[in-house]
Order: sequence, then structure tokens, then C-alpha cells
Amino acid sequence: MIKKIFFQSIFLSFLFFMEAFAAESGGMPQLNPEFWISQIFWLTITFGILYVVLSKLILPKISSNLETRKSQIVDNIEAAEKQREQSELNIVEYEKIIQDSKNEAKNYFKQSREKVLKDINLKKNALDKELSLEIQKAESEIQELRDKAPEKINKIAVETSTNLLQRLIGAEVNNSSISAIVDDLSRKKMDKYYGN
Amino acid sequence: MATNPMHQFEVYRIGPEIKLGAIDISFTNASLFMVISSLAILLIFNLGSKKNSLLPNKVQLLAELSYSFVSKMISDTAGSKAKPYFAFIFSLFMFVLFCNMFGMIPYTFTVTSHIIVTFMLASFIFIGVTIIGFMKHGFGYLKLFVPSGVPAVLLPLIVVIEIISYLSRPISLSVRLFANMMAGHTMMKVFGGFVISLGIVGGWLPLSFSVALTGLEILVAFLQAYVFAILTCIYLNDAINLHH
Repeated sequence: MIKKIFFQSIFLSFLFFMEAFAAESGGMPQLNPEFWISQIFWLTITFGILYVVLSKLILPKISSNLETRKSQIVDNIEAAEKQREQSELNIVEYEKIIQDSKNEAKNYFKQSREKVLKDINLKKNALDKELSLEIQKAESEIQELRDKAPEKINKIAVETSTNLLQRLIGAEVNNSSISAIVDDLSRKKMDKYYGN
Repeated sequence: MATNPMHQFEVYRIGPEIKLGAIDISFTNASLFMVISSLAILLIFNLGSKKNSLLPNKVQLLAELSYSFVSKMISDTAGSKAKPYFAFIFSLFMFVLFCNMFGMIPYTFTVTSHIIVTFMLASFIFIGVTIIGFMKHGFGYLKLFVPSGVPAVLLPLIVVIEIISYLSRPISLSVRLFANMMAGHTMMKVFGGFVISLGIVGGWLPLSFSVALTGLEILVAFLQAYVFAILTCIYLNDAINLHH
């Protein structure tokens, strides 16, 4: 049913359309020369004004706008580049400063270390000198004692042997003869005891 | 009468009859839409070029994109020597585009659907290009009709064909635009008429066609303006750079 109505109405509308088309005598209004001159005239005027205003006023402005934007962007990029370079320089400077201060600190450390070492050395030397003096003194004392020792020993030996002989035999023995014997013995044994 | 699809192309007088001697130059609906299109272009591009901010606003972006679009189109087809004709091609493209687009609004008049308008534009371009060609190359411009590398036997035939194709340029250029606009608008009107006559029951099918056609026609409106401008660029390229 709907289908039938649909096709009928298409057919009817076609008829209607054709009839209307046929009724309008002359067909295309474009080919009616009545207003051709008027259209040419107004086209010339409007297009002419459009062209003049666009080419003299508006397009140069747009063009310069685009140019300035382009140059502005280029300028900005250049400025950014410059700043980047500047910051790189700053970084180099900063690193140099850090390096310098590190070196300085190292120097200070080195200097103070050297100073301390020097002090220590000085004190050590002084102490060494003192010690060696003491040692020398002691050594000389020892030497002295050692030098005096045989005599004393001999004396003691003579006394002891005199006393011993006196107890043993009960007679006075000549001191000189005993000392002679002790001297002789001690001279013989000297090497053995003192290693000289 | 309203169902006649050709009714929309009728030109009628608006206001009084203006006569220049014996010539009728009355202001018509066609004139009205020429004026509206031109004013719209001037308004948009004036707004778009008024102030130059680093971050363009929408109108400025539109103007600048159109500028670089046309500029690129010209430099791609006609090279850098066509720079002096940029303003003309820009105006031409914008004028045709705006006339086509205004025609897409219901109850408006499509200026470019009239053969006399497109023919005037095309013949102006044709005459201008020919003058530019002769000015740049003198009589050497006639070499355009003699392609290189053609056997001598074929040469008379080729030259005749070349001359005919050259002379038919304004006709092809104008008829292409006019016929496209007229056919599209007629078709839309016919489908619109179907919607009315088929009513609520059967009108949906032509209505959906009509919707689809509207999209297509907007595309065609842009495309024909582009084709018109780019063909002008190609003709200009022949005149400036003489390839043959």
C-alpha cells in the first residue's frame, strides 16, 4: 500500500515538475540577455573594488603580519640560542670556580700538612739530639766506670786475697806480692772479661 | 511557480531602474549578492589583518591560512614569477568561493550560476593572460602553439588543435563553473520539490538525498572555486614560463 502510494506520488510529482518546467517559457533564465549588461557592470564594479581594496590595503597587511611573525619567531629563537650559549658559558665559569676552590682547598691542606710535618720533624730532630746527647753522656759515664773498674777490682781482689790468706794461714802476707800476682792475673784475664 | 527548479536563477530588479544612456544597469538580486560577497570578503580579511598578534585569533588565522593557501597554490603551479598576480588570483578565488558559498544558503542567489558572469571573468583572464604572454615573450609567445618534438607531418594539425584549445579556454573555464553551479542547485531544488510533493509518507528518501546533496554541493562550491583559480594559475604559467 505504502509502496504504491510512494511510486504514485513520485510519478505525480514528476508530471507536476515537467508541467511546471514547460510552463516557464524560455527555459534557462541565464540565457535571457535582459540583465546581462547590468550583471557585467556590477561584476566589474564589485570585483574591481574587491581587487583594489584587497591588493592595496589588506593583502600587504597580511603579508607583513606573516613576515613580522616569522622574523619575530626567528628573533626569539636567536635570543633563546644566545641565552643557551650564555648559560653554557656560565656553566663553564661555574665549573672553573669549583675547580679553583677545590685546588685552593687542596693547597691549603697540603700547606698545613707540610707545616705540621715540618714541626714534627723539628721536634723529632731536637728530641733526637737530646737523646743522643744523653746517650753520649751515659756512654762516657759507662766508659769512665769501665776504665776505673779493673783498678777497683784489683784492689778488691788484693784485699780479699789478703784477708783470705790471713784467715787461712793466719800470717801477715805482704801486700805488694799479692797485688803483683793479682795484677799479673788480671792482665792475663783482662781480655777475657772486658773484651778489649 | 515555486516548484520550478529554474526559478532560483531568475534575475530581477531591486529598486529603481537605472539607465546609462540606452543601457540598463539596474541593481538586481545578482548585483546584491556580488556586493554581499565582496563585502563579506573585505570584512573577514580586514578583521583578520587588523592587529598582528603573535598568537593569531580565529579570524586572523583564517585570513592567514587563506593567504598562504593561495600563495602556495600560485607558487606551485606558476612559480615565483607569478608573484605580481597574486592579489588578482586571491581576489578571484575568494570572490568565486564566496559567491558559491552564499548560493548554498536557502533563498539566496548564486552569482556564479550565470554564464555571463563566469564568462566575463574567464574572458578577462583569457585576455589578460594573452596580453601578459605577448608582453613577456613578444611574438615568441606564438611558440606556445608549436609543441617541440612533434614530427613535421603532424605539425599543421597539432598547431590547429593547439590554437583551438587555446581559444576555447575562456569557454571551458566559464562553462565548467556555471554548469556545475547550475546543475547542483537545480538538482537540489528538484529533490526539494520531491520532498514537498511526496509529503510525510514518501518524502524522507528525497529529503535524505537533499541532505547528502547539500554536503556534496558545499564541496563542489569549494572545489569549483579552487579549480577556477588553479586553471587561471596554469594559464598564467603558460604565459610567464612558456614551456613548449
